[in-house]
Amino acid sequence: MADVAVRMTGISKSFSGVRVLDGVDFEVRRGEVHALAGGNGAGKSTLMKILRGVYQPDDGTIEIEGDSVRLTSSQDAMSRGIAMIFQEFSVVPTLTVAQNVFLTRERRGALGLLDDRASASRTKDLFAQMGVTVDPDRRLEDLSTAFWQLTEIAKARSQDARVLIMDEPTASLAKDEADHLFELIRSLTGQGIAIVYISHRIEEIFRVADRVTVLRDGRLVATTAAANLSAEDLVEQIVGRRMESALEWTPRDVKRDEGPLLEVRDLHVKPRLRGISLDLHRGEILGLAGLMGSGRTETVRALFGIDPIQSGTIKVRGREVAIKNSHDAIAAGISLVPEDRRLQGLVLEHSVRNNLLLPLLGRFSKGGWLNDAKGDRIAAKLVADLNVKVANVDRPVQLLSGGNQQKVVLAKWMGTEPDIILMDEPTAGVDIGTKVEIVGMIRALADAGKGVILISSEFPELLAVCDRVLVFRDGSVDQSLMRNDIADEDTLHLAVQGFGRTAAHA
Amino acid sequence: MPDADRTPGRRLAALQGLEWRNYIIYIGFAATFLFFAVTLSDSGFLNPSNLVNIVNQTATISVIAVGMTFVIASAEIDLSVGAVAGLASVTTAIAISHFGLIPGIVAGLATGAAIGALNGVLVTVVRIPSFLVTLGMLGIAHGTAQWITKSAPQPILNDTYNAVFGSGGLGPIPSLIIWTFVLVLIGVIVLNKTAFGRKVLATGGNRMAAEFSGISTKKIKFAVLMACGVTAALAGMLYAGRLSSGRYQWGTGDELSAIAAVILGGTSLAGGRGSVIGALVGSLMIGLINNGLILAGLEASQQEMIRGVIIIAAVALGRRK
Repeated sequence: MADVAVRMTGISKSFSGVRVLDGVDFEVRRGEVHALAGGNGAGKSTLMKILRGVYQPDDGTIEIEGDSVRLTSSQDAMSRGIAMIFQEFSVVPTLTVAQNVFLTRERRGALGLLDDRASASRTKDLFAQMGVTVDPDRRLEDLSTAFWQLTEIAKARSQDARVLIMDEPTASLAKDEADHLFELIRSLTGQGIAIVYISHRIEEIFRVADRVTVLRDGRLVATTAAANLSAEDLVEQIVGRRMESALEWTPRDVKRDEGPLLEVRDLHVKPRLRGISLDLHRGEILGLAGLMGSGRTETVRALFGIDPIQSGTIKVRGREVAIKNSHDAIAAGISLVPEDRRLQGLVLEHSVRNNLLLPLLGRFSKGGWLNDAKGDRIAAKLVADLNVKVANVDRPVQLLSGGNQQKVVLAKWMGTEPDIILMDEPTAGVDIGTKVEIVGMIRALADAGKGVILISSEFPELLAVCDRVLVFRDGSVDQSLMRNDIADEDTLHLAVQGFGRTAAHA
Repeated sequence: MPDADRTPGRRLAALQGLEWRNYIIYIGFAATFLFFAVTLSDSGFLNPSNLVNIVNQTATISVIAVGMTFVIASAEIDLSVGAVAGLASVTTAIAISHFGLIPGIVAGLATGAAIGALNGVLVTVVRIPSFLVTLGMLGIAHGTAQWITKSAPQPILNDTYNAVFGSGGLGPIPSLIIWTFVLVLIGVIVLNKTAFGRKVLATGGNRMAAEFSGISTKKIKFAVLMACGVTAALAGMLYAGRLSSGRYQWGTGDELSAIAAVILGGTSLAGGRGSVIGALVGSLMIGLINNGLILAGLEASQQEMIRGVIIIAAVALGRRK
């Protein structure tokens, strides 16, 4: 078949005796978007590293455009037209767009000196082909992350890549940027480029993919045309069991008759927040919706004492509190599950145990002396409570899968026994099984009388758990919507874009 | 993939967890010791007095290395320690001759605390990288010590001081060894058994995550830099006691030996991981090499070269992937 760009057959791979891929078949056709799905640890990234020549398979064959090949290095794979658009961008922020696109392959002029002008004009053409205008001489650090990704795609195109591997490409994009990426993907496939699309986001897979291959525990579950697959079927393939209605909303009992647990009035924080006011009640899950930069993350950061507050009051259980740093916030019973677990949530090279105990040092020490036995007990209980899958709590947390790392972050904050839990994108980058567990945890916390503030860019998730949603716009709260008044995702989309005000205040 | 297949793999992985690389400094120390014990047996290497001498001579580096371990574990560096030692030896000597024993001791320690605190403020409040702050402070401390003494040695005539901080001892145990032991013991306990030590490691491992966990990383960095100033001053006071005088040259270049000892001992230059015992063994190993090479009759220039090679080789072997 001439239209097959890549065919991998019977791929197996083991690391120190543990089999991570077991006889997997995978094929991508020219002009196709082929989604690769599966939980954390299913083997997706290993399979892609084999395709990129980073690992060599123990068993199995790889054909590229019909030729049987052995890929011995990533340069080798790249020269055969395989390129990866990295989840964590591999660009150099201090260089210009054009310098990044032609990094290590700089255009040269007379005397072998670099010809930046030729690179720039070629870069401009590459971006024009993608329907984007850009100044190739701008430094990347001055451009949004959407441009960083486009730069990576341009770089791949300039190397004549025929197969693009995209790993969670929308993870750091705003909605309109993601929409643009999907258009770009369409135009790339129109030129015969094959795309492997890795994502945890089910709705995205259905939006872009022609076919879907699901891996679970290192084995191929199925390859199916997206048109012949329902969302429920796909989730079942990924998880191995039906998830029923875990992500469906059920009305909950919020204790609104008591005074609010948290009262925020007229909070001003430079540079973005201009007078945020909100109430959170016991047992309530309050969602914060809004575009990137609307002030959601800034609000929870300020409430947790990360960014200094210029003016405004914060009351917890009716008493005003001064929050100048995260220590004050923890003392007031507030905890924050931060946006970026690797950067803000965990000390990656430290053990699971020590990460869990970091905010709790005061609890198992006396006069500064650590009581290790007590620490062990606390850590063991947290691991059990949150169902963190780890054989030994002394293992470095970086060896855990993304979903388990996120559970460690959650467990770490549950350990402080907070009354108010702020969560910033708690399910970003975790697989669907873990996501369902986390959603269940959020509900259980609220049912236990705690107040939860949840930021999520995924509207289905907000709608599944929230009792009320605040819509943020330009650094202030634009609308407050009771869950009952939100008919569907579209209503929320409109609200976030600034429409539908009247309906909301009914 | 049946479970039975997995278990041996897991066990293998667990064994690999006990990586020999983590113990390279101990292996290296033992190997170096054995090598000299065999090749230099005629030159009196194994003589108890020679062995005690090694520990004695490395006491100052070991004491500095204890403070340095905390600084490096918190992902900072202190290049001023050698100069601080020299300045503290001088202030101690001057204060003893003018005001007596106790004021002398206080003056020495206060010198270290003041410079350490200044380093700490410049790093955490003014936000200058510690490499630059302490590089500048190296010059300031060294210059000050030379200036106030007009380059002249400051004799210490107080016998109590010279005994406690230098040539004395408890029974057969020399006081320099006792100081080393006490400082290392305090360092081990603070780093491993106190909340402060855990905060130092978290700050060095991921400053932002530590900050998000309610740790004031500025306070931690300030505290370790100040503590390192104090240990450096103590090292200077030990020089002064051993040599019965304060002199601005004491400690010159010790920052590099101390950093080498700390890194040899398995503390990560990037922060987040630290071992005080490792630093002690690293320091002893440097002393061992110096001593062995002297006994082997090598010239100072040759000793210096070989010491450099051994340090690079040891760090290369202990490197994690």
